[in-house]
Amino acid sequence: MIKSTAPEIKPRLFKVEELRADFPVLFQTAYNKPLVYLDNAATSQKPQIVIDALSDYYSTCNANIHRGVHFLSQKASQAFDDVRTKVKDYIGAGSEREIIFVRGTTEAINLVASSWGRKNLSAGDVVLVTTMEHHSNIVPWQLICAEKGAEVIPVPMDDRGVLDMQAFETLLTDKVKFVSVVHTSNSLGTINPVDVIVQKAHEKNIPVLVDAAQAVAHEVIDVQALNCDFLAFSGHKMFGPTGVGVLYGKEKLLEAMPPYQGGGEMIAQVSFAGTTFNELPYKFEAGTPNIADVIGLGAAIDYMNGVDRAAAADWELSLMRSTAEQLSTIPGIRLIGTAPHKAAVVSFVVDGVNALDLGMYLDTLGIAVRTGHHCTQPVMDRLGIPGTIRASFMFYNTQQEVDALVVGVRKGINLLRA
Amino acid sequence: MSNIAAIEHEIVEDFDLFDDWTEKYQYIIELGQQLKPLEAQYKTDDRKITGCQSSVWLHAYTKDGLVFFESDSDSTFVKGEIALLIKVLSGQAPEEIIKAELNFIDAIGLRQHMAVTRANGLASMIKQMKLYAVGFQSHTA
Ligand SMILES: Cc1ncc(COP(=O)(O)O)c(C=O)c1O
Repeated sequence: MIKSTAPEIKPRLFKVEELRADFPVLFQTAYNKPLVYLDNAATSQKPQIVIDALSDYYSTCNANIHRGVHFLSQKASQAFDDVRTKVKDYIGAGSEREIIFVRGTTEAINLVASSWGRKNLSAGDVVLVTTMEHHSNIVPWQLICAEKGAEVIPVPMDDRGVLDMQAFETLLTDKVKFVSVVHTSNSLGTINPVDVIVQKAHEKNIPVLVDAAQAVAHEVIDVQALNCDFLAFSGHKMFGPTGVGVLYGKEKLLEAMPPYQGGGEMIAQVSFAGTTFNELPYKFEAGTPNIADVIGLGAAIDYMNGVDRAAAADWELSLMRSTAEQLSTIPGIRLIGTAPHKAAVVSFVVDGVNALDLGMYLDTLGIAVRTGHHCTQPVMDRLGIPGTIRASFMFYNTQQEVDALVVGVRKGINLLRA
Repeated sequence: MSNIAAIEHEIVEDFDLFDDWTEKYQYIIELGQQLKPLEAQYKTDDRKITGCQSSVWLHAYTKDGLVFFESDSDSTFVKGEIALLIKVLSGQAPEEIIKAELNFIDAIGLRQHMAVTRANGLASMIKQMKLYAVGFQSHTA
């Protein structure tokens, strides 16, 4: 299926073993079998330099930042602030003031829904999302819309998992006050035409948030070229630590938004007569930030900057294609998510075989995949399936791992169909 | 040794024959494939156990003061786990079921895979079986 629709890509010579060597966790066995990690859409593994950055931070520079006059505090503050610049450059933002550190994609979206939504939404308004959103880009909007009497409406997709752009234009009525869309679907792999979505929404002066959780590790994102108003992503899906993520927002919009949480760091002056707030980005960073993990994220960006991103992306897509092609020759397997433009994710179901059972069988072979609805229940409802088995790739995966997966799937099906 | 403990002991001995998780998994799948399917009339929502990634139905009844279980799932692995629980608990007296510690789950290495069993609801299943036993006990007391 994928073969016929996808543009031809010639995988360049890619030295997977060299890069793979940077990820110590991959070199272990699971139940005495070599570990095959194909759950990268859930979280990526960490290169040694990220692990070292975390331990170096605690061994050489731990202090609270921005408040201390002492040596260590200045060292930590400098390291923390440097990462904001790295993130800014990584996504092509115009200023550090537009980079807000949060816990992850989920918190980034909650921040915008609570702060922007509370100020700007009212009864009868619509927030447009898509059927293929992660729950993180549905529930925060439902919460604020319930409070305001507004409504969350999804743009439909077709059976392949391709967004219906005609429906998008029809749904983009005057009631729509905000558009929040996923760049790359975690359960289907679909890469959405977010540039067109931004352009169409902007023609009607509607701001757009792009959920780039699944995109940042796999393709180069330039927020100024894309012209989105907000971009949300998680550090842990791009080789960084858990517990840190980024909200990018256009300065003008962020300036006009009320604070999300109150506390230290985000204030200018506090008195019981009234409090004034700090400037951007600190206005949205209440309390002591996640200093260590921000610094870890900085190391992850350094790492990414040293990788040939285009070659890595080609490699991932070649693994994805090989998986899809081999799996589709197995009777009873149906690939889920066959958009022509898609990321390195292969989701599938098998007639007469429970996804959890097959996922568990693969686990016994040391192969890590994910089963279930992948936090995208509306996708499963739309396709009329309870869930899928999903293999998701990173450039450190090998062709041997793909082949091990295919062999495992074949064996598992034989066993479970017996 | 109580009746239940003796059956548990047998199961542990069976599992001792396997030395890796794949073989244990395969054995549980076999047990699942052999489990007698639950009649459609019992696959009702009030017999469905919540908190599982897969659908599980549990039906219980008493005969001569003993509790019997029948169960089904759309997951063969879960059916295999159920088959083990039924082997141990079905046909026992309510107070024995309530007291049962079910140490065999640890002993055969299933507890190690608790993240998985949490997803498929082994714990909820045991709880539900015990609740039935409690219900039947107060009924007959
Ligand atoms: C598309 C998408 N959006 C949002 C999220 C939520 O990310 P996090 O759990 O890191 O906040 C995920 C994570 O799986 C995702 O894949």
